[in-house]
Amino acid sequence: MPRRRFYSRWFLPLLALLAVAGCRARDSTTKGQILLWHWMTDRDDALQALADRYTKETGTKIRLELYAPSDAYASKVRAAAQTNTLPDIFGVLGESRDLASFITSGRVANLASAMSANNGAWQKQFFVKALATNTFSAGNEHHVSVGVYGVPIDVTNIQMLYNKDLFKQAGLDPERAPATWNEFIKDWRQLKAAGIPGFVSGWGETWMIDCFANNYAFNVMGEKKVLDTFRGLVPYTDPDWIRVLSLFEEIRREELLVSGAVTMVNKTAEQTFANGKAAFAFNGSWCVNVYKGMNPDLHFGVLLPPRLIDHNPMRIWGGAGSSFMVNAQSPNVDASIKFLQWLTAAPQQVELAKATANLPANQTSLGDLPPTLAAFASKMDSTTHPSQWPLTENPTVTEAFDKGVQSILIGEKTPAQVAADVQKLKKQQAAQ
Amino acid sequence: MVLPTDLTIAAPPAAGTPDRPSQGYQLYAVAYKLRRYTALFFAHAFCLSVAASCLFPLIWMVSSSLKTQSTIFSDMSLLVRHPHWENYYYAWTRGHFGQYFFNSLIYTSCVVVGVILIASMAAYAFSRLKFPGRNILFVLLISTMMIPIPGSFIALYVLLVKLHLVNTRLGYILPQINGGLALGIFLLKTFFDKLPQDLEDAARIDGCNKFQVYLHVAMPLAKPAVAVLAVFNALAVWNEYLLAMLVLSDRSLMPLQRGLMVFQGSYITQYPLLMAGIAISIVPILTLYFLMQRYIVAGITAGALKM
Amino acid sequence: MNWPKAKDTFTTYLFVAPAIVLFTLFSLIPFLKVFQLSVFDWDGISTQMHFVGLGNFKTALFRDGAWWTSMRNAGVVTILALSVQNVLALILALIVDREIKGKNFYRVVFYLPPVLSGIVVGLVWNWIFDGSHGLLNYALSAAGLGRYARAWLADPKTALFGIAVIHMWKGFGWGFVILLAGLQAIPRELSEASRVDGASEWYIFSRITVPLMLPVFFLVSILTVLGTMQIFDIIVSTTNGGPGYHTEVPITRILAAMTGSSRFGYACSLGILFGIILLAVSMVQMRLSKWSSQLT
Repeated sequence: MPRRRFYSRWFLPLLALLAVAGCRARDSTTKGQILLWHWMTDRDDALQALADRYTKETGTKIRLELYAPSDAYASKVRAAAQTNTLPDIFGVLGESRDLASFITSGRVANLASAMSANNGAWQKQFFVKALATNTFSAGNEHHVSVGVYGVPIDVTNIQMLYNKDLFKQAGLDPERAPATWNEFIKDWRQLKAAGIPGFVSGWGETWMIDCFANNYAFNVMGEKKVLDTFRGLVPYTDPDWIRVLSLFEEIRREELLVSGAVTMVNKTAEQTFANGKAAFAFNGSWCVNVYKGMNPDLHFGVLLPPRLIDHNPMRIWGGAGSSFMVNAQSPNVDASIKFLQWLTAAPQQVELAKATANLPANQTSLGDLPPTLAAFASKMDSTTHPSQWPLTENPTVTEAFDKGVQSILIGEKTPAQVAADVQKLKKQQAAQ
Repeated sequence: MVLPTDLTIAAPPAAGTPDRPSQGYQLYAVAYKLRRYTALFFAHAFCLSVAASCLFPLIWMVSSSLKTQSTIFSDMSLLVRHPHWENYYYAWTRGHFGQYFFNSLIYTSCVVVGVILIASMAAYAFSRLKFPGRNILFVLLISTMMIPIPGSFIALYVLLVKLHLVNTRLGYILPQINGGLALGIFLLKTFFDKLPQDLEDAARIDGCNKFQVYLHVAMPLAKPAVAVLAVFNALAVWNEYLLAMLVLSDRSLMPLQRGLMVFQGSYITQYPLLMAGIAISIVPILTLYFLMQRYIVAGITAGALKM
Repeated sequence: MNWPKAKDTFTTYLFVAPAIVLFTLFSLIPFLKVFQLSVFDWDGISTQMHFVGLGNFKTALFRDGAWWTSMRNAGVVTILALSVQNVLALILALIVDREIKGKNFYRVVFYLPPVLSGIVVGLVWNWIFDGSHGLLNYALSAAGLGRYARAWLADPKTALFGIAVIHMWKGFGWGFVILLAGLQAIPRELSEASRVDGASEWYIFSRITVPLMLPVFFLVSILTVLGTMQIFDIIVSTTNGGPGYHTEVPITRILAAMTGSSRFGYACSLGILFGIILLAVSMVQMRLSKWSSQLT
C-alpha cells in the first residue's frame, strides 16, 4: 500500500525529531553579568573580542546578543520594554521622539552625572555633536528631564562625493571640487558633454531626500527660519522653501540624476557610484568602507554639498552613528556605565574604528585615518541633525515633503504645487 | 533559446491500430500527428521560456556566489572566469551554518508535521462531520490568513513571556504551526470536499470509527494536497526570520536565516558570501520539493480509486 | 440526553480542538490586543496611552489619502495577478499534467521563484529594470525599440506594472503547484474516455476539467487576492513605495505609521480596516464558490 509508506516514511522520522526539540529556560538580566543587545552585524566580531578582553581584565561577564536587521532589533526592544525584559545595555533605534518615549517611561538611565564626573573627563573625549544626539536640554519638545541618555560609539555625517577619474576624463581638475551650486552645475554640464552619468543617491529611501533638502534649507534660510516653519510660523509656500524645492526641479531639468535614482535604495546607489557609473554621490561616511570593498581602485573625493548662498553656512546631517543606552531598571547600572566608559576609551575606540572602518565617537582616537575618512571627520563641526534640534517636524508632513520632492524629480509636480500640498497638510495637522 | 528537438508525443487514441490501415486512416494519422507536433512544439516553447526566466536568477545567484565583492557588480557575465569556490566554505563557516542547519531542520519538521496533523483533522471535520458552530468556526480559523495583524508582535511577545516560552524551541514552533493552520485547513478542506464519499461510507460500514476513516481513507486520498501543504509550510518556516529574532536569544537556538544575516551588515553587504549562503540554504528546500512533487502528481488515479 | 450522540459530538470537537487552542492563544489574543490598541493614541513605547475612540478609524477613512492610494495600487496588482498570473499558472499546470517530456524538470523549475530568496529576486529584477544598464532596456534597443527604454521602476507610468510583473513572476509557482495537485484529483478515466469518444480538447477542458476544478480555482483565486493585497517584500527591495506614492501598498503604509511616524495605535487601526476589507472580499469569493458549485 503506497499510503502506508508515504506516512511512515515521512512522519515517523519527523516525529522523532519533534522529540528532540526540547525546551530551554531563559536567563534574564542577572546581577553581576551584563547583557547587551546590539544590531550591528558587521561589528559583532569586534565587539565580542572587546567584551572578552574586558571580562579578562575586570572579571565582569559581558554577554552580547545580536538581533538584526535593525527593524527586527527595534521590534524586539519595543516588545521587551512592554514586558520589562530589557537587557542591561541596548540601543534605541528611531527618531528622538522614540528615545524620549523610552526615557519618560523610565527605561533609560540618565548618564549626565557619570559624564560630568572628574571635571567631565568622559564627556570631553566625545565629539560634541555625537553627544548632542543623545542629549535633551531644557525646554525640549518631549518634556524629557535634562540629561545625557546615550553613549555614542561612533559618528557619521553625510556629504557629497565625486569621482576623480571621471572628472579627469571630462577635462576637469580632479583636485578641485565645486564649492558653489553654480560651479556644480557648470561642472556637470562639462561632464554631461563628455557622456558621463551624473549624480546618484539612494533617494528611494526618503530620509536621504529629506537630508539633502534640509542641507539647502539651512543654507537658504538659516536654522531659525527652518525651525519656525516647523513651529508653523513660516509657511512652506515661502519663497525660500520654493527655492529649495526648485533645486530638485533644476536637477531634473539638467538631467543630473542617474536614471532610476529616484526610487533607488542606497545600497544600489552605492554600487552605481563604486563602479564609476556616476560622477557624484550623496552618501554617509560609511561609504568609504563600502566603496573600498566594491572597487578598491575607485578614486574619489569628498565635498560639502555645494552652497547656494554665501551668507549662511552649509550644514550637513551628522552626529552619533550608533549609541548604547543603559537600562535604568537593571541591577547593573553602574557596572554597565563602567563597561561603556571602557568601550569608549581611546584604545578600544581605535580598535573598533580600525576593525570596522567607522569614525570613532572619541575625538582623541582619530589616529591615522585614510584621507577620505579624515575629510568626513574634519566636517563634524558642520553637522546638525533633527535629533539635536529643539523641535522636529511632524513626521507625516516630512513624508509628504519628501514624497513631493520625488514627484518634482519625475516631473509630476511643480515646486509650487508641492509647497502648497505640504502647507495644506501642515495646517490640517496643526488643527488636530 | 534551445528548442526541443526530441519531442515525443503522447500515445494517439487507443482505437486499436488495424494491421493494415486504410489510406484514409493514414492521412488522418498524419494530420493528427502534425497537429500534435505543433501543439507540443508550442507547449514546449512556452514552458521553456518560462523555465528560462525561472532559472535565470538561480544561475545569476550561483555565478555571483563565485565572484568577489569587487567583481560582482562590475563583471556582469554569468560565466565566471576565476571562480572562487572558497566562498562556499567561508559562507558555511562564518555563517555557523552547521548548527543553524540542524535547528532549522528541527523547526521545519516540527511545524510541517504539526500543521499537517492539526490542519487535516480540522479540515476533515469541517468537510465531513456535522457539529454546531461549524461554519462560524471555519470562518474564524481561516480569517487569520486574511487579517494581517501588524502590531501583534508586542502582544505575542507578552504572551510568550507569560507562558515562559521566550527563548525556547517550543515558543518558536507553536506560533508558526498556528500560522500555517489557516492555509492548511482551507486547502485540505477544498480537497476533502472533492473526494468521493463512497469510499468513506464503505469504510464506515466495515466498522471504522470517525478517526479511522480520517486516517485510513481520507488522508491517503488527500496525499497530493498534503504534499503541497508540506512544501508550502516547509518553505515558510525555512525562510522565517523575524519571529526567530523576537522569540529566541541564544545563538544555539537560531535558525538558518540568522547565518545569512552575518553577511548583511547595516552598511556593508558581502554579496558573494551572501549569495553562496543563500545557494546553500535553498538546497534542502528544493530537495524536499523534488521528493514531494512525486506525491503531488501521483494522485488518486494511481492509488485508491482503483481499489 | 442522548449519550451516544453527545459522545459523537464530543469526538467531533476533538478533531478541531487542537486548531482552536492554537488559534485562541496565538491569533485571537494578539488580535484582541491589536483591537484594543486601535482605539488609543500610542507610540508603541510609552507607558501612557490616550483613548481616542474611533478617531484613528476616522482619520484612516476620511483623511489619509495615501492609505487609499495604497489600497488602489494593491488592487491594481491584485487584478493583474488574478488574471495574468493565474491563467499562466493554469496553462502551465495543464501542460505539465500531461505525459510530456521533461515534465519533472518543469515541475521543479516552475517552483523556483517562490523558493528563491527575496534578496536575489530584488537584485536581479532591479538589474533587469535598471534605467542605465538594465537588461530590459538593452533588449529593447537590440530590437530597435530603444525609444521605449526607461528607468522602469522610477517612471510613474510603469513602476506599478513593474512591481506587478515581479510579483506575478514570483507568485505563479504557488498557484501552479496547487492547480497541479487539483488536476491530479480528477480521475484520468473521465478525460481519457471522452478522448476515445472523439471529444475535442476544448470540450474536455470546459466540460470536465473546469467543473471539477472550480473549487480549486476559487481556492487559488482567494489565496491570490490575499497574497497580493499583502504584497510587501518586493516593494521594499525595489521602489520603497516611490516614486511619490505610485507603488505604496497597504502594508508599507501600516509600517510607515508604526515605525516611520511612531503611531502604533493608528497602525493597528489601519491593520483592522485592511483585515475587514480582505475578509469581506474573501467572503464574497467563498459565496461565489458555493453558488457556482451548486450550479454544476
